[in-house]
Amino acid sequence: MLYLDNVNYIYQMGTAMEMHALNNVSLEIPDGQFIGIIGHTGSGKSTLIQHFNGLVKPTSGTIYYNGRDIWDEDFSKKELRTKVGLVFQYPEYQLFETTVVKDVEFGPKNMKLDKLECQLRTFGALKTVGIGEELYDASPFELSGGQKRRVAIAGVLAMQPDVLVLDEPTAGLDPRGRDEILEAIFRIKQERNITVILVSHSMEDVARFVDRLIVMDHGSVRFDGTPKEVFAHYKELEEIGLAAPEVTYLTAELIEKGLPLPNVATTVEEAKEMIMRFYKH
Amino acid sequence: MIKARKLAYEYIRRDEEGNVEGIIRALDGVDLDVKRGDFVAILGHNGSGKSTIAKEINAILEPTEGTLYVDGIDVSNGEKVWEVRQTAGLVFQNPDNQIVASVVEEDVAFGPENLGVPTDEIHKRVDYALERVEMTSYRKSSPNALSGGQKQRVAIAGILAMKPKCIVLDEPTAMLDPGGRKEVIRTLHELNKNEGITILLITHYMTEVKDADKVIVMDDGKIVMQGTPKQVFSRVDELKAHHLDVPQVTELAYELKKGGINLPDGILTNKEFVDALLGQR
Repeated sequence: MLYLDNVNYIYQMGTAMEMHALNNVSLEIPDGQFIGIIGHTGSGKSTLIQHFNGLVKPTSGTIYYNGRDIWDEDFSKKELRTKVGLVFQYPEYQLFETTVVKDVEFGPKNMKLDKLECQLRTFGALKTVGIGEELYDASPFELSGGQKRRVAIAGVLAMQPDVLVLDEPTAGLDPRGRDEILEAIFRIKQERNITVILVSHSMEDVARFVDRLIVMDHGSVRFDGTPKEVFAHYKELEEIGLAAPEVTYLTAELIEKGLPLPNVATTVEEAKEMIMRFYKH
Repeated sequence: MIKARKLAYEYIRRDEEGNVEGIIRALDGVDLDVKRGDFVAILGHNGSGKSTIAKEINAILEPTEGTLYVDGIDVSNGEKVWEVRQTAGLVFQNPDNQIVASVVEEDVAFGPENLGVPTDEIHKRVDYALERVEMTSYRKSSPNALSGGQKQRVAIAGILAMKPKCIVLDEPTAMLDPGGRKEVIRTLHELNKNEGITILLITHYMTEVKDADKVIVMDDGKIVMQGTPKQVFSRVDELKAHHLDVPQVTELAYELKKGGINLPDGILTNKEFVDALLGQR
């Protein structure tokens, strides 16, 4: 479990460029949750996730991993980074090996695991993200955008983290590449039951997948709840430069025009059910 | 305007030593007819073959098999390359890669200058082209100072100044924000309606093609669906199987229809949906 207690982060403190990137953030992240983090550019999302595995040291406040302060002197940050795996934006730029397998194996090898264990983890991770055996010996640079990105995710997954954090994993992909990544993330969640934290710009995607949605604004947590609870604030979300899924607006319009739906919908399936229930009578 | 019969394009993939690794068939037996004055949209994900068609029409690539005529000219005829390119102008995805001059009007004049058009006539054409894309007030500006949507409209003006009969656009909005996307699409419809220019728009955004005369869906180098937007967008399951982005309102209408609610086919806007659904009561 991850726990953030009153975390503040200030960039370039004491200069004219001083910026409060995180503002008294307290969060409890229990094991096994599927969490979405949304917020416009500059809202503090990326700074927040860099605190999860100790890449950035908070200006004040404490971060606990399984009850221990990660900035304690005798706490191993190296181990923490295998437990909290971070997949950065455009992770395909970090591929560097000559074959797919070698690239994915890099992490477990650095953990000084024996050869068989490294291979088992590598093949397991590639299978979970949907990269078939025919690509194992291919150069990562010959793959499609969606495939490259799945290989990069497999590289982190092969370290068998308890928490997997993905920073905008679908950015810049075409619809097919995006579907492949989302399917892979969904499979990771299903097969491994680890905590998955997805930073995303696509409200439609987070509404479909996550159990819990955290909305960042100006370095603070603005909303924290189920997608349904959060997207009910669609008007406030717009004020902070965000939007709800298309179908939320559609159901809001129907309600406004007099259709007595119980609430606005966040997914197509939900909207379908509500409208069907109403029209079947 | 454009007539393709059993058009195919193959390229050979080689490894680092130049040995043949395989043959990729990017286009595989495409029959395509675009009438003069039509607005035709081609949808497909990356690698579906849609950009290859654009390059064939512009004689950048020569067909491996089959025939392709642009306004009656055979694109395989090497002597007619310039005639083909003047007839069908091509606009690419990244506006920064196709702007050559440091002042907007000079950039627009670049094409006709190279065609040897007399100076007086160039002036007239630049005036005309900038006016058509509503960029006259920026004629003395530096292209660097423009937004993505404005740059793309300058690129379109540069093509217009060559007096083409047809403009082919290869994902012209992929790098633009929603506002820029709307500007470009509106400009294309005006050129089509008021100037009678045939438009072939290649994209993966379904919402951009709802006003086209005809929509073609490509996958694996083949045409897999075609018809009016209503006809194509009423087949949501098929579109999803080809990994296209289906707007939530279209998907919801389709799902409700399957559930027995009587809605028209191919709904694309919230307004259409609300009117149709509330009309049921």
